[in-house]
Amino acid sequence: MKNKTILDVKDLSVNFDTLAGSVNVVRDINFSVSAGETMALVGESGSGKSVTAMSILRLHDEEKVNYSSGSIIYNEQDILAIDEAQMEHIRGSHISMIFQEPMTSLNPTFTVGDQIMEPLLIHKGLSKAAAKKQAIELMELTGIPDPHYRFDAFPHLLSGGQRQRMMIAMALACEPKLLIADEPTTALDVTVQLQILLLLEKLQKEFSMAILMISHDLNLVKRFADHICVMQEGNIVEQNEVQHLFREPQDPYTIKLLNSEPERMIPQQETTSLNHAQELLSAQHLYCQFFIKSGFFRRKIHTVNAVDNIQLYLKEGETLGIVGESGSGKSTLGRCLLRLESCRGDIFFEQQKIDQMSYNQLRPLRKEFQVVFQDPYSSLSPRMTVEQIVGEGLQIHFPQLNKQQRREKIQKTLLEVGLEDDILWRYPHEFSGGQRQRIAIARVIILEPKLILLDEPTSALDVSVQKQVLALLRELQLRYKISYLFITHDLKVIEAVAHRVMVMKEGKIIETGETETIFTSPKEKYTQNLLTASLFK
Amino acid sequence: MTMTLDKTQLANLSPARRAWLRFKSNRRGYYSLWIFSILLFTSLFAEVISNDKPLLIQFEQNYYFPLWNDYPETTFGGDFVTKTDYNDPYIKQKITRDNNWAVYPLNHYRFDSINYFAELPNPARPSAQNLLGTDDRGRDVLARLIYGFRLSVLFALLLTAIGVVIGIIVGSLQGYFVGKVDLVTQRLIEIWNSMPELYLLIIFASIFKPSIGLLIILLSLFGWMGLSDYVRAEFLRGRNLDYVLSARAMGVSNVGIMFKHLLPNSMVPVLTFLPFRISGAIMALTSLDYLGLGVPPSTPSLGELLSQGKDNIDAWWLSMTTFSVLVGTLMLLIFIGEALREALDTRRG
Repeated sequence: MKNKTILDVKDLSVNFDTLAGSVNVVRDINFSVSAGETMALVGESGSGKSVTAMSILRLHDEEKVNYSSGSIIYNEQDILAIDEAQMEHIRGSHISMIFQEPMTSLNPTFTVGDQIMEPLLIHKGLSKAAAKKQAIELMELTGIPDPHYRFDAFPHLLSGGQRQRMMIAMALACEPKLLIADEPTTALDVTVQLQILLLLEKLQKEFSMAILMISHDLNLVKRFADHICVMQEGNIVEQNEVQHLFREPQDPYTIKLLNSEPERMIPQQETTSLNHAQELLSAQHLYCQFFIKSGFFRRKIHTVNAVDNIQLYLKEGETLGIVGESGSGKSTLGRCLLRLESCRGDIFFEQQKIDQMSYNQLRPLRKEFQVVFQDPYSSLSPRMTVEQIVGEGLQIHFPQLNKQQRREKIQKTLLEVGLEDDILWRYPHEFSGGQRQRIAIARVIILEPKLILLDEPTSALDVSVQKQVLALLRELQLRYKISYLFITHDLKVIEAVAHRVMVMKEGKIIETGETETIFTSPKEKYTQNLLTASLFK
Repeated sequence: MTMTLDKTQLANLSPARRAWLRFKSNRRGYYSLWIFSILLFTSLFAEVISNDKPLLIQFEQNYYFPLWNDYPETTFGGDFVTKTDYNDPYIKQKITRDNNWAVYPLNHYRFDSINYFAELPNPARPSAQNLLGTDDRGRDVLARLIYGFRLSVLFALLLTAIGVVIGIIVGSLQGYFVGKVDLVTQRLIEIWNSMPELYLLIIFASIFKPSIGLLIILLSLFGWMGLSDYVRAEFLRGRNLDYVLSARAMGVSNVGIMFKHLLPNSMVPVLTFLPFRISGAIMALTSLDYLGLGVPPSTPSLGELLSQGKDNIDAWWLSMTTFSVLVGTLMLLIFIGEALREALDTRRG
C-alpha cells in the first residue's frame, strides 16, 4: 500500500521561549503521512507528541513558540511559511483536529448544531438551510441517535461519548484530507472508546482520509494504526510499520515501552492459599444514595443508587479488584467502606462493626485502613513539605515518637518506596507524577495499615511508571501482608495484581470471582463486552 | 536575579529559609521592608527623637533626667516653681552655660508642645527652629508627623490583625462545615454588611467620648467581612480535593484539617489583601480624623494635619508633608505585600 504522501514533516524543531531561556521540545523529527493511512505518534507524557501535532495546524502561541528548523509540507506548501490567512483556509477544511477532552472542547453556550454548522458556513459558504441539512447528515453518520432532535441540544445534555462524536462530526464537516486525533478516546470509558475508534476507522475508509493519531496506549495503536512513530523527549527514536515494530522493536526505548505492559504478578497457588486466610473486611446490604433536588424547596426529584445492595469480603493479604466504567459506583463503594461517605449497611473490620461508629470513635482505627487516590497532583497538599505530608499520620497515630525518631521513620519509609531520603523539605510540585504517587504511598504505609484502598492509583501515570508502581505495591503487600481494595477501570492493571475481581455496573455487582476465571471465562455479557473493549481482543 | 545557589543546594534548605530567599529576590519589596522596619522601629522611640525635654542635663555637678522626672524651673536657676520649659531661651542658656551641658533630642518638640517663642505667626513656615514649620496652634509639624506615623501604623496593624483573625475564623467555619452553618452565617453577614458604617461611626462618636480603643472596636466590627468571603470560597474549593479526603482517611481532626491543610492553601487571598488592608486601615483612620470623628483632639494624627492643611491652604508645609508621609507609607506597604505574596508561593522554587 504505497499511496501519495500528503503530509511531510522534515527536520522539524520546536522551541518554547520561557523566562529561563529557550527550551527545545521537539528535535529534528522527520515523518510523513500518506493518504488514507493511519499514522500513530506514541510516547509518554512530555515526549513532544502533542506539540508536534499542534505545529501542523500552527495552533501554538506564536509569541512563545519558534520553529528553529524544518518544514511541514502539505499540498506542496510549507505550512510554516505561509501567512495566517492561508493558514485559516487550511485549518478545518484541509486538516482538522479532535481533542482529548470532549467535555471542554465544545462551547457550552452554543447548541451542538450551531457548532457543527460553523465550519460549513465558513469554509464551504453554504446557506444556513443547506448547512443544517448537511450537519444532520454528519451527525447521523457519526452514529448520534435522533440527530434532528439533538441538533438543538446544548453540549451538557450529551454524554462524553456523544460529545466526542459531535467533535468528529465537526472535524469531518469539510471532508478534510487529514484528521489529527490527539488522544481522542483517553477521557472515555473503554466500551465507548472502542465504538469511537471503530467509527473513525469506518469514516476513514468512506472519506479516504489520513489520520494522525496521538496516543499513549500501545494496545490501541497496535489494533488501529498502520505506521508508528515512537517519540521520546522530543526525538523520534523509531518508526516503522505496526506489525514490524511490534515484532522486532529496535530501539531500547521502544523495547522498554513494549515491556511495560503490566503482566500478571500473582502466582496461582497464592490465590488458593488465601482461602484459609482470616477475613479482614466484610460488608452486607450496603446502600449509598444521592438525591437530586430541584426547585425552591429542594424537593427530591430523583434518587441515584450509587451503591445498591452490595456485599463483599476481603481477606488478609488479598487484593480485591473492583472494576467498572465511570459512574458505576466503584469509587463511592470504596469511600463507603472506609466510612468517608455516609451509607447504610453493615461493615465489619476485623470482626468489629464500624458502620455506626462516630468520627471520633473511628479515629484510632483509621490507622489500619488507608487510602491512595488517583491523581497524585491533587492528593498532596501543595503547601506542605514531604516531611509534613508523610509525617502527619505519625503525629496522630504514633504520638510517642519524638521529632528525631519520627524523621528517621520517615526517611526509612521514603527509601522503602524507592525515593531518596534527602527530600524531606521539598514540596510536591518538585516531583514527577510517579514520584508523587510514591510519596502518597509512603504517607500511607508509614502507618503500617492492614488495608489500603487504592482508587485508580496508576491511571494518571505513564505506562512505564505504572508498572513500577504496581510492582512496588505488590512488594509491599508481600512484605507486610497488606490487603488491597483496588479500584480501577483498567482491566490490564487488575489482571496484573488482583486475586479476585468484582465487576460493577450502576451500583450493582454484575459478576465476581477469581481473576483467572473472570478473564478466561466471563459469564455475564457485560463483563465479556468490557473485556473485548479494553483488551482489543 | 542574583541567586547563586544551584538546584540541589536549594533543595537542602529549610522551607522558611527558601521563602526568605524568594522574598529577597524581589529587590523592591526587600528594600521596602527594610525602610519600613527602620521607620517603624525609629518611630517607636519617638519620645527620644522628638521631645521638648532634654535627655540628660548636667547642671552644677548634678545629673538630671528630665525625660523621666519633672523638675521645677527653680532647679536650673529659674524664677518659677512650675515645670521647666526647656525650650525657653532663658533656661536653655542657663543649662548650657559654664560647665553645664544638656543633651537635647534631635527635634526639640513633642507632638503637643507649643512653640511659644516662635518668631513667625502660626502656622509658621519651615525654619531652623521648626524644620517643617508649625501648625495653626504653634505645634511642630515634624514632631506631629513622627508621632502621627507611629500611631497610624500601630493602629492599622492592630486593626488588620483583628480583622484577619475574625475573617479567617468565620470564613473557614463557613467553608468547612457548609450547609446550615454557612447559610445562617452568610445571611447574618449580609444583614450586618448592609448597616451604614459611616453613620454608625458618627452616631457613636456623638454618644461616646472618642478614643483609639473605641475606634478599633467599631472598625473591627465591620472590617472582617470582605476577607471572610474569600477564605470561605477557598475552603469550599479545597474541601473536596483529594488531599483533604486523605487527611480525613488518616484520622486528622476537623481542626487539624482546617488549619494544617486548608488554611495554608487558602492564604493567598488573605496575604494578597494584607498590605491593602493595612493601608486601608491607615486611610480609614486618616479620613475619620479629617472629618473630626476620629481620635481625641490633642492626639497626633495625620488626618487632623490634612484638615489643617485644607483650612490653611497657603500653608503648603502642612498638606505636602502629610501627603508625602501617607503616600510613602502606603507605597512601602504595597511593595512589601507584593514580595510577600511571591515569597509564599512555594511553586516559585
